[in-house]
Amino acid sequence: MTDKTPIVVMKGITIEFPGVKALDGVDLTLYPGEVHALMGENGAGKSTMIKALTGVYKIDAGSIVVDGKPQQFNGTLDAQNAGIATVYQEVNLCTNLSVGENVMLGHEKRGPFGIDWRKTHEAAKKYLKQMGLEHIDPHTPLSSISIAMQQLVAIARAMVINAKVLILDEPTSSLDANEVKDLFAIMRKVRDSGVAILFVSHFLDQIYEITDRLTILRNGKFIKEVMTKDTPRDELIGMMIGKSAEELSQIGAKKARREITPGEKPIVDVKGLGKKGTINPTDLDIYAGEVVGFAGLLGSGRTELGRLLYGADKPDSGTYELNGKQVSINDPYTALKNKIAYSTENRRDEGIIGDLTVRQNILIALQATRGMFKPIPKKEADEIVDKYMKEMNVRPADPDRPIKNLSGGNQQKVLIGRWLATHPELLILDEPTRGIDIGAKAEIQQVVLDLASKGMGVVFISSEMEEVVRLSDDIEVLKDRHKIAEIENDDTVSQSTIVETIANTNVNN
Amino acid sequence: MTTATATPAKKAAKKTRRLDAQMIPTIAAVVIFILMIIMGQALFGTYLRLGFISSLFIDHAYLIILAVAMTLPILTGGIDLSVGAIVAITAVIGIKLANAGVPAVLVMVIMLLIGAVFGALAATLIEEFNMQPFIATLSTMFLARGIASIISTDSLTFPDNNNFDVISDEIKIIDNPKISNDLSFNLGVVIAIVVLIGGYILLHHTRTGRTIYAIGGSRSSAELMGLPVRRAQFTIYITSATLAALASIVYIANIGSAKNTVGVGWELDAVASVVIGGTIITGGFGYVLGSALGALVRSIIDPLTADFGVPAEWTTIVVGLMILIFVVLQRVVTAVGDKK
Repeated sequence: MTDKTPIVVMKGITIEFPGVKALDGVDLTLYPGEVHALMGENGAGKSTMIKALTGVYKIDAGSIVVDGKPQQFNGTLDAQNAGIATVYQEVNLCTNLSVGENVMLGHEKRGPFGIDWRKTHEAAKKYLKQMGLEHIDPHTPLSSISIAMQQLVAIARAMVINAKVLILDEPTSSLDANEVKDLFAIMRKVRDSGVAILFVSHFLDQIYEITDRLTILRNGKFIKEVMTKDTPRDELIGMMIGKSAEELSQIGAKKARREITPGEKPIVDVKGLGKKGTINPTDLDIYAGEVVGFAGLLGSGRTELGRLLYGADKPDSGTYELNGKQVSINDPYTALKNKIAYSTENRRDEGIIGDLTVRQNILIALQATRGMFKPIPKKEADEIVDKYMKEMNVRPADPDRPIKNLSGGNQQKVLIGRWLATHPELLILDEPTRGIDIGAKAEIQQVVLDLASKGMGVVFISSEMEEVVRLSDDIEVLKDRHKIAEIENDDTVSQSTIVETIANTNVNN
Repeated sequence: MTTATATPAKKAAKKTRRLDAQMIPTIAAVVIFILMIIMGQALFGTYLRLGFISSLFIDHAYLIILAVAMTLPILTGGIDLSVGAIVAITAVIGIKLANAGVPAVLVMVIMLLIGAVFGALAATLIEEFNMQPFIATLSTMFLARGIASIISTDSLTFPDNNNFDVISDEIKIIDNPKISNDLSFNLGVVIAIVVLIGGYILLHHTRTGRTIYAIGGSRSSAELMGLPVRRAQFTIYITSATLAALASIVYIANIGSAKNTVGVGWELDAVASVVIGGTIITGGFGYVLGSALGALVRSIIDPLTADFGVPAEWTTIVVGLMILIFVVLQRVVTAVGDKK
């Protein structure tokens, strides 16, 4: 395949946002008739790279050559005219129009009296047929067909503009197994017609099923381009998370495992807890004083399971026992009342309230549990704020500063303080150390261990397997929305144990 | 595909249901218009007179033009609040120029150009400075109204023998001995109908028209699909402001005079017509034909409430109630659509 001329050559792509280099000299080469995957964890720069290729972002440095011609994209239209079509995760079509109108939008067939609708619909039918959608009448409203079919409609649209490159950005994240099979059949057909497909997915099995070649990114940097079939899974994961396979097995220095005394009752005992399309039914128990780690790649369901435990999403199956009592936790308020707290992975949008002060951010959850008509007396409030700012070592130690002016690490500490103020028995921390500096990271890790030793149950969710292994007593391994293993963490367990577990377990979706 | 026999039937069913769902508000406007005419005829006996129908069209041709114009921004989820003020500024300038002896054709061209300039200004504010259409056209509204007031606060009248008469002169189709049974029209009505047809062709038979609907569905999708969104936005706001100037020409030709306060609140009458005509205010669904019907429904409310003996002050309440009913109807339709 390498003897072919590439259709897209991106070299040294650099994109800077205020204060951050989202991409730093990344290369990407696409060949006609191959499926190429862009691999990397969250924040690695995959979507920025795609937006550079589709003309959404302007590149600050580097070059893009499409079909032998150097290109300067000033918008999506430029990229489309160069033959690059994109199907985004959240399908970008117009639900107020019909299927046929969407396929042909901007490319309607014209006659002497403007758009000739009969010809336009005939053409739409032809393109839909190529996608195996001959049973769909082009007059059907787009809103009445499933997301999976909408995605195929979007691909049909790409064929209309005669795309040479088709970008599929996480097309499978909301599809079930059969729909994925259909999509892959279409992808193979499109690939065999000589189109280069750039595919992004977090599902490793799918990557190995459909792709020919991989480009791996990490932290906005190009790591390596490899052939899929020559790359073992653990090696791939190692490149994505930035540790070599040997390195992975060398990390030790873990905390001693908390042994569960026979007959001890768990705080939380859930059976078959799940939500369709989010996480499959899962059994789980969490004991007082225990740190339970959720490990898995992005999209594995680690966050989703945490949200279900807190009622941030409403489960549609399973039973939930809290200290031996049957409960139903369907919303965060009930969870808080039952002494469960959850700190989100999405610190900026779901965590802090930027314009409020540190003090207000700490008190808000406690106030919510008390009800809005029972204000916390000022003296008590001062004590609480003071206590948790000290305990969490929030800097600067000024409770009246708007939280948006604090560093990421200190915002995170305030957030943990907010949840501690509600005196939870179970604290769920989703990515508490993401995007914060090393010092704050270590402090937060220490807090996790301290809380557990005081008897709190902690769920620790992180994309960094190394810290999950170091902090957890038990590790729940998730993959493709299933819990695939529960590992009792002892000296024989290391990051590579988890990586191997993920790589070697097949999930039937 | 084993159920090949069942498929066509199912398809047909789907098709009619689709038509129903999107067109119900427009069809409702037709039904209500007819009902109002019948009710007026039954109770007062004048509503089916050819003279009544003629004057309904002649007197409200300007509103039909404004309603068609307003359909364009509303289809994208935007709005153009400046149309009433553009009627005022172009009317004041037009009559001043006519009094200065400028030939009528040139006056009309200048009026249309002034409209286009205000439209281009609004579009620039929206696209280049990222303003909400509401705010952008609110500011051009105040600007146009202000300039009109600076030019003159007097009541201005056309000089005798000006060629604006060409537009307002009534042409009789049926010359009845009883004047109230004359069927007649004027060039203003013809202009309104041409605008209506032009609006239909623009929206349904040009790519720009399809882009307008796509923006109403989802602007970001339209942009990602590579549609010329910016160009379409300029087309929309320049067209609606220019049509407002055209409505001004038709209106002052009919009335023969104008003041800087003419057209106050007309933008809202136009919005009301569009909404009554079944276009959804958040964009994406609607038809110009519905807007024209909405303008007629809006127009007929005045004589109807008057004939019922409802004090004139109450007319606006009736209009308000009708808009409320239509919006509720739209909600129901959208809710049914979402369930599918």
